[in-house]
Amino acid sequence: MTPYAVKLAFRHLFSHPGQTALLMSGVALGVSVFIFMSALIGGLATLLTLRTVGSIPHIVLEMPDRDPAVLNANPGAQVVLQKDLSRRDQIAIWQPMIPIIEKTAGVIAVSPQIRGSAFVVRGQAVSPVGVIGTMAGKLSDIANIDAAIVAGSGSLPADGILIGSVLARDLGLRVGQVVELTSDRGRSRSFRIGGVFTLGIASADRQSIYMNFTTARALFDLTTGVSRIEIKVRPATDAASIAERLRRSTGLKATAWTEDNQQLFEGLDAQARTGTIIKAFSLVTIIVGIASAMLLSIVRRQAEIGIMRAMGASRGLVISIYVLEGTLIGFIGAIIGALAAWLALLPLPPVSAVQSGGLPIDQTQGDFLLAIALTTLAAMLASILPARRAARIDPVEAIGA
Amino acid sequence: MTKAPILTVTGLTKDFGEGDTQTHVLKDINLAMEAGEMAALLGPSGSGKSTLLTILGTLMRASGGAYDMLGVDLMHASEAQRTEFRSQNLGFVFQFHHLLPDLSALENVMMPAACAAGRETASMRQRASELLDAVGLSDRRDFRPAAMSGGQRQRVAVARALINNPVLVLADEPTGNLDRESADHVMDLVRTINETMGSSFLISTHDEHIAARCQRRIELLDGRIVRS
Repeated sequence: MTPYAVKLAFRHLFSHPGQTALLMSGVALGVSVFIFMSALIGGLATLLTLRTVGSIPHIVLEMPDRDPAVLNANPGAQVVLQKDLSRRDQIAIWQPMIPIIEKTAGVIAVSPQIRGSAFVVRGQAVSPVGVIGTMAGKLSDIANIDAAIVAGSGSLPADGILIGSVLARDLGLRVGQVVELTSDRGRSRSFRIGGVFTLGIASADRQSIYMNFTTARALFDLTTGVSRIEIKVRPATDAASIAERLRRSTGLKATAWTEDNQQLFEGLDAQARTGTIIKAFSLVTIIVGIASAMLLSIVRRQAEIGIMRAMGASRGLVISIYVLEGTLIGFIGAIIGALAAWLALLPLPPVSAVQSGGLPIDQTQGDFLLAIALTTLAAMLASILPARRAARIDPVEAIGA
Repeated sequence: MTKAPILTVTGLTKDFGEGDTQTHVLKDINLAMEAGEMAALLGPSGSGKSTLLTILGTLMRASGGAYDMLGVDLMHASEAQRTEFRSQNLGFVFQFHHLLPDLSALENVMMPAACAAGRETASMRQRASELLDAVGLSDRRDFRPAAMSGGQRQRVAVARALINNPVLVLADEPTGNLDRESADHVMDLVRTINETMGSSFLISTHDEHIAARCQRRIELLDGRIVRS
């Protein structure tokens, strides 16, 4: 690429400003569509992920299944395996693991929990519930219960519980009332309802009860261990790899949220593929547009190209002028399009603040640089064929010599 | 004392088409030109003047024969060699000026040299300015072709043909589109350049008035040189 080719390419662009502006506008529109689709598809994925993983643990650590090992597996031998149910599933030595887990890259919250099944009894009404005993200060580490409280408060004294709003409605319970809980270990105790929460997840709002960690330990007769350790990570999409690291470092069974949400991932994949197709079409539109415009320009400049060739311009010089011209149209158009898209997306709220019915557009996932790079590359490729055609112009025919 | 020829053409032929439709445009052309010579190439329309100039200008290949310029066998040179030879040794003036509309007069004059070098240099700018002075257009150097008259454009085209100090300038009806006064002005200019700069000129024309101002007449008739 010689300085003279650069000069002539720029001169061509500026000598027909109207035509150049129109071409660049077309490119800018294509780039805006590309960025808009990236931001929308990315934002939608973020929103769905946020809604799905916002109130659930990203990783759950539990005791591994205690399947007995087969020591002598002779072929043909009949082996009968029986699961060991003589001991309770619990993480007996959990305290030393907490600092290890907290120091693992990506982990943002760790909540040891005591869990168990129980019945809420009120008069003649009995409702099965899942009880979650959490440590002081860790109530909202997994699901943001504090923010979901609709009545009462989120404090958990030894005799207090927090119940879901659907359960409260079904049993006609209000803050301050006393209910009796009977655990699956046969222990019963009365509790005062300290708060009612609405997480927006039907199962949690209907069946979950939160209580003090120490109280839960007594209710479920678990003197030292914990039932499970729940963990939040960032980004949530890295849960599987972090779970694998935790499995190796703790020896516990680590289950990432992604294992139970394959359908969500398939949906997000399909959505991403659709977005890719739309983006590819916008790139193809840019290629076709630039190639057509360059061909027209070359037909119009046929005599000029012919005279340059007659005056000693090499084919390489002619090719470089027109490839550069097309590339500049693509690059400048892409910058304008990216800028316009950025300005248009600027006032939109972040995905986490999108109201129902709003478009979840995430500007940070707009792929601005990728759009500019791909468009510039596409414009360069689109110019090669017309430029090669220009270089093949016969000077004798072009100038009518 | 006879000068060494810069151009030697031997038995040159050019055919167009094939079979029954084949046309023999040039037949057994033999020609030599010396350095500093100014020759008129005369002949009626269709006699092969433009075709001969196009072949000598390396813009078209001959069908047969041989021709060499400055010792270079142009009949068998590759396309890239012919392009390089053209940019270094030949100048062209066409009936229509064929200036690039997006460039100023000065930039148009520099164009052949800039194409060869890949850049415009201060020395090229200086040389182009001198040539525009020589053709009387020093006050039009920044004008684009659209802002100049036909005679002025053709004078810019003459200046452009001389930017690389060509050994031979091939001019195809250079005054064909000009009125008598402008044509005389251009021919005065060509004559002065021929005398002062030493470039050879081969000028195709119908016009006896133009031919009379050249040192030599080469007459073509039906593809053959009938007088040289």
